[in-house]
Amino acid sequence: MGRATSKDAQALIHSLRSAYAATPSSLKIIDLYVGFAVFSAIIQVVYMAIVGSFPFNSFLSGVLSCIGTAVLAVCLRIQVNKENKEFKIDDVSFNQLQDLLSERAFADFVLCNLVLHLVIMNFLG
Amino acid sequence: MARNRGRFLVLIAAALIFSSALASSIFQPISDSHRSAALELFNPLGGSFSSVEKTYEELRTFEVLGIDKRSDISTAACQSVSEILGSSSSTLKDLFYALKVNGILQCGIKEDVFEGVASRLQAIVGGASALLDFYYSVGGLVLIKGQTSKDDLYLADAEGVFRSIKLWTTLAWNSPTLSRALLGLVADVALSQSDGRWRYNSNNPESSTFAAGLALEALAGIVSLSSSEINQSLISTTKNDILKLFDGIEKYDDGAFYFDEKLVGAREHQGALSTTSSVVRGLTAFAAVTSGSLNLPSGKILGLAKFFLGIGIPGDAKDLFNQVDSLAFLESNTVSIPLILSLPATVLSLTKKDALKVKVNTVLGSNAPPLTVNLLQVLRSGSKDTSLIESQELKFDPENAVYTLDALPKSVDVGKYTFVFEMVLHDSDHKNLYATGGQIRIPIFVTGVIEVDSAEIAVLDSDLGSIETKKKIDLAGENTVSLSANHLQKLRLSFQLSTPLGHAFKPHQAILKLTHETKVEHMFVMGSSGKQFEIILDFLGQVEKFFYLSGRYNVQLAVGDAVMENSFLKAIGHVDLDLPAPPEKAPQPPAQPLDPNLIYGPKAEIAHIFRAPEKLPPKKLSLTFLGLTLLPFLGFLVGLLRLGVNLKNFPSSSVPAVFATLFHLGIAAVLSLYMLFWLKLDLFTTLKALGFLGAFLMFVGHRILSHLASSSSKLKSA
Repeated sequence: MGRATSKDAQALIHSLRSAYAATPSSLKIIDLYVGFAVFSAIIQVVYMAIVGSFPFNSFLSGVLSCIGTAVLAVCLRIQVNKENKEFKIDDVSFNQLQDLLSERAFADFVLCNLVLHLVIMNFLG
Repeated sequence: MARNRGRFLVLIAAALIFSSALASSIFQPISDSHRSAALELFNPLGGSFSSVEKTYEELRTFEVLGIDKRSDISTAACQSVSEILGSSSSTLKDLFYALKVNGILQCGIKEDVFEGVASRLQAIVGGASALLDFYYSVGGLVLIKGQTSKDDLYLADAEGVFRSIKLWTTLAWNSPTLSRALLGLVADVALSQSDGRWRYNSNNPESSTFAAGLALEALAGIVSLSSSEINQSLISTTKNDILKLFDGIEKYDDGAFYFDEKLVGAREHQGALSTTSSVVRGLTAFAAVTSGSLNLPSGKILGLAKFFLGIGIPGDAKDLFNQVDSLAFLESNTVSIPLILSLPATVLSLTKKDALKVKVNTVLGSNAPPLTVNLLQVLRSGSKDTSLIESQELKFDPENAVYTLDALPKSVDVGKYTFVFEMVLHDSDHKNLYATGGQIRIPIFVTGVIEVDSAEIAVLDSDLGSIETKKKIDLAGENTVSLSANHLQKLRLSFQLSTPLGHAFKPHQAILKLTHETKVEHMFVMGSSGKQFEIILDFLGQVEKFFYLSGRYNVQLAVGDAVMENSFLKAIGHVDLDLPAPPEKAPQPPAQPLDPNLIYGPKAEIAHIFRAPEKLPPKKLSLTFLGLTLLPFLGFLVGLLRLGVNLKNFPSSSVPAVFATLFHLGIAAVLSLYMLFWLKLDLFTTLKALGFLGAFLMFVGHRILSHLASSSSKLKSA
C-alpha cells in the first residue's frame, strides 16, 4: 500500500498543481498574501517559544494581526472568486454585479484591515 | 560629707518652712528689699517718663521709702510740670498729677499760674457730672491750696457739690431711684448707691468700689475746701456709707482683708490691689478732715495692712506704688494705726540654742510705741494639748528694738509648734489709736540633732529565728558591712532614734534600699514602735519581688525629717543574696533606663529591595528574529514579481488617476498614523486623526472603486 500511496500522492500533487495554475492571478495574489501572513505568525510563535512570553500583550498583538489579516484575506478571496455563485441571475447583470461585488469586497477588506491594525497598534503597548 | 548633706537638707527645709510661714501668717514690714526693688522698677530711661502720672508715682514711692533720687529727675520733672500748668490745653488728669508732683518737688511755680489753674478747676467743678471730673478738680484745688499762700481758696457752694457727689438718702436703702426722684432739687446726678459703692456717672450703671475710694477722697477735699461748716447729716451719712462699704470687705485665711470689684469686665478692671488702695486713700483722707470716730473695727484696718504687706515685693511699678502709698496712709491715719508683729526667724535650733526674737513695727518699719509682748501659749502642732508654758513676758532690748525670750522653755522638744503672742500697749490712750490685733498665732519649727544609736544589721535563719551573723553599724561614720544570705533566711535592720530631750521620734522618712548590680532597686519602709525602728526582710516571700536576681546588693539607709538637723542617706554595706533560679514565667525586672547615646545614635541603614528587572533575551537573538520576521514580506514581494503583477488597471485618465493616487496615499497615511500612534501618540489623538483620514479615504475609495467597477463592467458588456 506504501507504493500506491506515494504514487497516489504524487498524482494528487500533480493534479493540484495543474488545477492551481488555472486560477486567476488575482486569486493567486491573495493566496500569496495569506501565506505571507501565516508564515509571519509562525516565526513570531517560534521566537516566543525560545525567549519566553514576557511582554505577552505584544506577542498576542503580533500574532493576532497576522492571523486576522489572513482571515480577512480569505474572506476577500471567497467574495471575489467568480466560481462562487452567490445567487443565480442571468449572466449579463450578474457580470456587472460581480464586478461591483468584487470592488465592494475589496473596500471591506481595506476597511477591516485598518480597524484591525488600529486595535493591534493599541494593544501592542 | 554626710553632715554637709544634712545641713543642706535642713537649709532647704528651713527655707520652705520659712516661705510657707510667710504666706500663712508672718507679715514683714517694709524693708530694704522694697527700696532696692523701687530703684530697679522705677528706672527712667533718659530721665523722663511717658506721663506725669508715672512721674508722680515714682516720686511718691521714693518719698515714702526715703530714697533720695530727686536730683536725677527733678529738673526734667519740674520742666514738664511747669509746661503742663502753664498750658491751657492740658487735660484735667495731667493738671492733677502735675500739681501732685509739684507738691513733692516744690518746683517754684508762679502765683499767677496757680491762679489760672485754680479758676479753671473751679469752673470745672461747677459743671461736672462725672466722678473722675469731680475727683481731679477738687483734688487739684486742695493741692493748690496747700502749695500757695492763698488761704482764701474756697469752693463756691461746697455743699451743693457735696450733694452732687452724694446721694441724699435717709430712707429707701433699696430704692435709690425713689430717693432720687424725691430729691429733685439736686442737679439730678446720683452717683452713690445704697451698698456704699459709687458709680462713675449717672449714665453708667456699673458701680465700683474703686470709684467709692475716689468719691471719698473727693468728698474729703470738698470738706477741707468749704468756707463754712458742711451739714453734719451729710457727713454722717457718708460715714454710714463707709461702714456699709466695709461690710463688703473680703478676706484671706491668713487674716488679710481686701476689697475687690464685684463686677468683672467693667471698664478698666481694677484688680484687688488698686481697688483696696483707692479705698484706703479715700478712707484716710475722709477720716483726716472729719472729727469724731468712724467706728470701724481696728481688726479690719490691721487686715488691710496685712493685705498690703502680704504682697511682698511687687514686680510692677504701679503695684509697688499702690502698695507703698497705701501703707504710708495707713501709717499715719486717724482711724487706727496698725502694728505688725514679725519674727526674723521662725526656725529655731536646739543645738545652737537659738533665742526667740520678736519685732514690733509700724507698716513702714518705724518703731512702735512702748508696749509689752507676751508669749501666751506654746502649742504643739497637730495635737489639741494644752499649752506647754504659762504666759511669759518677752524682754525688750532697746538697742535693737527686739523682744527676746532668752531660753526656750525646757519642755520644748524638736517639732512643729504654734506660738501665740499678744501685744499690750503701755499707754491707755494708745489703745484707741493703734491696732494690735489681739492674739497672733505663728508657726515655729524647732530643730535639733536626733540621736541614732544601737544600730545593727543581722541575718536570721528563717524557722528558728536564730541569728546567723550580726554586725553592729555605726550610723555616724562610714560602714562597709559584708553579709551573705540565701532565700531561706531573713535580714533584720534595727536602730533607735531619740530627740535631744530623750523622747521617741518618728521621722518623715525611714527607708531601706537594696540595689542590685544591674541597678535594679528595691525600697522598704521601716516600721517603728516607740524609739525602736526595725525591719525584717523575709527573702522567702520576697523572692519574686526581687525578680530572682542573685548577686551582690548594696544596702542603703535613709532617715530624714524637716526638723532633723542630721538627716542622712548612708551606705551600710552589701549583702550577697543567693536566690533560686527563676521559673519559666517569672516576671522580668523592669528595663533600666538606657544610655542616651544608645537610644539617640544613628540607626542601621535600610537596604531597599527593588523589583528585579525581567530577564530579557540577549539583543542579538532579538535582532536576528527581527530580520527573520521581515523575511516573509520579502518572500511576498518576490512571489508577486513571479506572478507577473502589473499596474495595468491603473486608470490613465486624469480625474480617476488623481483619485487612485489619493486612495493609495490615504491608505499610506493611515498606516503611518498607526506607526506614530505606536511611537508616541495616544489613542484619542489617533482616533481624531483617524476620523478625518477615514472619512477622506472612504470618499476617495468609493469614487475610485466605483469607477473601476463601472469601467470593468463596461468592458465586459462592450
